[in-house]
Amino acid sequence: MAPVQAVLEGTAPAARPGVQRAPVVEARDLSLIFQTPDAPVTALSEINLTIRRGDFVSLIGPSGCGKTTLMRVVADLAQPTSGTLLVNGGSAEQARLDRAYGYVFQAPALYPWRSIERNIMLPLEIMGMPKGEMRERAERYLDLVGLKGFEKKFPWQLSGGMQQRVSIARALSFEPALLLMDEPFGALDEITRDNLNVHLLRLWEKTGITVIFVTHSIPEAVFLSSKIVVMSPRPGRILEVIDSDLPTDRDLDARETPEFLEIAHRVRVALRAGHSYD
Amino acid sequence: MLPVVTVLAVLLAVWYVAAIWLNAPQVTEQLNRGRAAWSVSDLVAGTWAMERPVLPAPHQVAVELYDSVFGRPVTSKRSLVYHAQVTLSATVAGFALGLAMGVLLAIGIVHVTVLDRSLMPWIIASQTIPILAIAPMIVVVLGNLGFTGLLPKAIISGYLSFFPISIGMVKGLRSPDPLQLDLMRTYSASNAQTFAKLRWPSSMSFLFPSLKVAIALSLVGAIVAELPTGAQAGLGARLLAGSYYGQTIQIWAALFMSAFLAVAAVGAVGLAERGLTRLRGGRL
Repeated sequence: MAPVQAVLEGTAPAARPGVQRAPVVEARDLSLIFQTPDAPVTALSEINLTIRRGDFVSLIGPSGCGKTTLMRVVADLAQPTSGTLLVNGGSAEQARLDRAYGYVFQAPALYPWRSIERNIMLPLEIMGMPKGEMRERAERYLDLVGLKGFEKKFPWQLSGGMQQRVSIARALSFEPALLLMDEPFGALDEITRDNLNVHLLRLWEKTGITVIFVTHSIPEAVFLSSKIVVMSPRPGRILEVIDSDLPTDRDLDARETPEFLEIAHRVRVALRAGHSYD
Repeated sequence: MLPVVTVLAVLLAVWYVAAIWLNAPQVTEQLNRGRAAWSVSDLVAGTWAMERPVLPAPHQVAVELYDSVFGRPVTSKRSLVYHAQVTLSATVAGFALGLAMGVLLAIGIVHVTVLDRSLMPWIIASQTIPILAIAPMIVVVLGNLGFTGLLPKAIISGYLSFFPISIGMVKGLRSPDPLQLDLMRTYSASNAQTFAKLRWPSSMSFLFPSLKVAIALSLVGAIVAELPTGAQAGLGARLLAGSYYGQTIQIWAALFMSAFLAVAAVGAVGLAERGLTRLRGGRL
């Protein structure tokens, strides 16, 4: 992977002891109730969470526990029913209008009529960037996700894993300080997934970007995160927030260390507690 | 290639046999009037060489087609090229009108809820009215207003062709999935940007099949519109004149000409489609 310019100047990656980093996301008593024809469904119930600059936060829980909904609320793609939510100190809508975050969906959501290069340029076009700079950015971020030379290809000519890497490059291309990733590797095979996990971890280390990552894989959450938020199924609540202090330069082998297994065990216990709650 | 030739040969054989069968009564009567005895071969030859047959034989149509296309000056009123060009210009004008109308209606319907509720029933109702009933009225009304020639024909042609374009484009402009739309929202893209960069390109794969139907309908509309214009010019006029004077060979030649025009027009749309597909790396 090529070196990347720091996305956020002056931010330190991960937990830097002793310094209180600025909050990026602050949720207070956040609830969201969906009105469905038969009965209202509580997707989120009294969520309290603070995510600070440079954190890599995983939201983990079983299907239907509201992790994606929480992320969509942060992205201003869904509206909370009650409670307050601050993103970068302002409203979620303001953050969206400021293009403060990049969103990576479960599916790559590439536009099939655009070449890979032009897919990455899509947000840049919308933001009105000059053509030369767009091309340069597309090249840089394609290189970053290991897809140099695929500029002129079209999405259907790439494998699923490659397409998802393109969608990550697209989210990074306008250099947001916050990256929201909704089970980005959920549909991929384990080998590709491991590979992308390492890529993502290195990227986070280098750029100091804040990442919120939705997953239902315990090893993935523990491997990637500096903070793991364990959620319970309906109504979606936060059961426990587990801090992880694995060495930042960890590789896949770290998943066999006692420290890793210990954190994974805590996550598993917390998840189980959520189930017995029903 | 062989299957195509086989089918063609079978069709021609059926046609020749049908010509014998349909023209036989007239030819028999004629032969009986003559004193001489006649054979079956006389009958067959007679049915394939009538001046005003019920069903002309294929070679008669081919000869008429050849004569009226290559045998006469293009500017002559008896040249089929002249009439085809008159119809084609009305078709193209009508198609352009239908395209503009269909696309604008679709954009309105997709973006404005009130239009979606109010316009759709009218659009569907417009197509339930037989074009043969409404065409003369359009011609008469526009004629009174001083519009003659191309415009009334183009309007009737457009009246037929806007419908498939409208329906196809409404579907196409609504085809982006929620994820693709959410993506635009995360970029806080304006409605115009979402339209230009997502809805419009998404709709292209729906537009082209609609265009192929629409251009064929444009041709039908142009020909129908030529029927009530007093048979001045165009393939429709040629058909009408042919039926007035019982010139069945002329009718069939005009029919074939309009079929060739339709194939060429649909082919042109197909060519445009292939061009766009190539720009998109091989998939529309």
